[in-house]
Amino acid sequence: MKFQIIGVNHNSAPLGVRERLAVPEAQLPDAVQHLVKQPGVEEGMVLSTCNRVEVITSCNEAPADLRGYLRSYFGVSPDTIAPHLYEYQEREAVRHVFRVASSLDSMVVGEPQILGQVKEAYSVARSLGAINSALEALLSRAFAVAKKVRNETAIGSSSVSIASVAVQLAEKIFGSLEGKTVYLIGAGKMAELAARHLISHGAGKMIISNRTRERAENLAQAFGAQTAPFESLHETAAQADIILTSTGAAEPLFRREHGERLLKGRRNRPVFFIDIAVPRNVHPEVNKLDNLFVYDVDDLQSVASSNSAERKKEAERAESIIEVEVERFTQRIKSLHMVPTILSLQEYCETIRQAEIDRIRGRLGTITPEQESAIEAMTRGIINKLLHTPITTLKSSAGEPEAATIQEMVRKLFNLNNGKPKS
Amino acid sequence: MPLFWLRVALSLYAVGLVYALASFWGGRHVLTRITLPAVGLGMTFHFVALLENAMLSGVWAPASLHELESMMAFLLMVFFFVIYARYGATSPGIAVFPLVFLLTVSAASGNSPSESAMPLLVSQQWIYVHVGLILVGYAGLIFSFIASILYLIQERNLKSKNSTGIWTRLPALAVIDDIGYKCLLWGFPFMTLGLISGAIVAEARVGPHYFLDAKILISIVMWVLYMVLLYTRWSAGWRGRRAAYLATFAFATAILAWAANSLSHTHRFIAP
Repeated sequence: MKFQIIGVNHNSAPLGVRERLAVPEAQLPDAVQHLVKQPGVEEGMVLSTCNRVEVITSCNEAPADLRGYLRSYFGVSPDTIAPHLYEYQEREAVRHVFRVASSLDSMVVGEPQILGQVKEAYSVARSLGAINSALEALLSRAFAVAKKVRNETAIGSSSVSIASVAVQLAEKIFGSLEGKTVYLIGAGKMAELAARHLISHGAGKMIISNRTRERAENLAQAFGAQTAPFESLHETAAQADIILTSTGAAEPLFRREHGERLLKGRRNRPVFFIDIAVPRNVHPEVNKLDNLFVYDVDDLQSVASSNSAERKKEAERAESIIEVEVERFTQRIKSLHMVPTILSLQEYCETIRQAEIDRIRGRLGTITPEQESAIEAMTRGIINKLLHTPITTLKSSAGEPEAATIQEMVRKLFNLNNGKPKS
Repeated sequence: MPLFWLRVALSLYAVGLVYALASFWGGRHVLTRITLPAVGLGMTFHFVALLENAMLSGVWAPASLHELESMMAFLLMVFFFVIYARYGATSPGIAVFPLVFLLTVSAASGNSPSESAMPLLVSQQWIYVHVGLILVGYAGLIFSFIASILYLIQERNLKSKNSTGIWTRLPALAVIDDIGYKCLLWGFPFMTLGLISGAIVAEARVGPHYFLDAKILISIVMWVLYMVLLYTRWSAGWRGRRAAYLATFAFATAILAWAANSLSHTHRFIAP
């Protein structure tokens, strides 16, 4: 039994290639069913997200032709995808699944969605009977490792995009964004994205102001927001808890005196300025006033970078956790290879024991139940003691190069390959 | 025996002290899990000590400075846990735990109560009411002061755009602000009623001259500052630096009022 993986991801293939291999959710069962019909494939699942398409299988001894599966199922020529494919087997495949589930192989390291996506792909394959013992063991362990990584490192605790940093900071100021008002001044794409992020995190109301009234109204319609005249933005700004600016104005729209007026109008309640405009729409002096917090695009970027560096450090810790877990898991899997031999050996000895008891019982005459159980206990004890060393040796040699030789020797010595022992 | 329980409580409060000190080298999160159960248990033993002390002496209000410190420490812990239950914030512990520890150290160094330690003046129901109310008022003022300091630290963090370091785990600014305001709001009526009840007792015992006593004058100044704090917050929404300065001033006056027993002729304990 071997783990085998083939796939493309955001590092190995451009979007154009990933798109050709992407499997829509509705088509996933069909892709899995085709996969497990491939010669050599015993178990399989297909993971398809916007950043990766991967085929995860457990095969019998000979490696399966997974490239052939991709060619035939997706109808793509080998030349198109071959340079972008990666393949992993055995230990490397285990490590890859652990890294993917723990979000170490993600475009944004530590993002939490990938674990849910892996679980979804696993549950589709499982419901089709395409996952049995080997992949079940691998995936269950991968989920446990992902949980361990998340609990023992701070890999997912900080924001790394400008929009999520804006939300993180807003939450540092206001606690919850529930019921907070966002004022969007200008119509820059990044400011719009940040506004969407704030709204999705609970911000209640949105006001939009733009020099071009029509543009403001279109945007307001998309957000279900109100509009305010650009000329009176200093008056209307007092309603806002978060002010997002992204106009092309050459001079700052908010200066110290505007900030002072704003504070008076809000009775000193804090205001968070997110200034994404270049040149800046909010003068840096405003940040010096109590309860006004100004973050320009460089500040947001610098918080995002410092969070990224923090994540990178945490990712290194996560890699060490994964290395230990890969070792543990592969040892466990290897020892599973010895299980049939161990079971045969135990069965062989048990048959001899039973036969010998039956043979001698006639000569013993009538024996009490206590004597009967004493004989049982004694013979079992002898068998267990005799088998202890061979079984321990089989288990401990599981990961060693001589494992197959030892296994074969035991089978030969006890004649385990040729059926029942002679009585 | 009350002293024994108090010393058990003290040893558990020591965990809180370590937690507060650990905050300065960034190890706070490691201790969070053990600190809260430890200080919670400490508070329970502290309650047992107070109860047993009151039952033994037959006096249900603090009768000495040590008992007053013990009661104050206990009330601070109660405030801490009420805030923790409401906001999930452990950060006030950084300031509260050392204070509670110091108060309990002082309280635990005293003698067990006996009949002879009974104060001369503490003999009326009004005194119990006065002491209880005043102590709750003090606890509110202390927490409000701590919150205003934490507010300043968090504000500075946000203004300096510093996203790393030991203080980044503080609660959101709005949460700290709310803690400070609610403590003021709840503490003020207690302080006011405490002073009124004290005035009634003093009037009955000393006559109208009680008003000129140093401790009473300082207490009135403290009450006025308390009211100004609340008023500026309520009318102008004072937060941050100005509110912190005012809170510091009010807190300093409160300390002065607390310590002014030796200057007072009308407000004294017999025990040390």
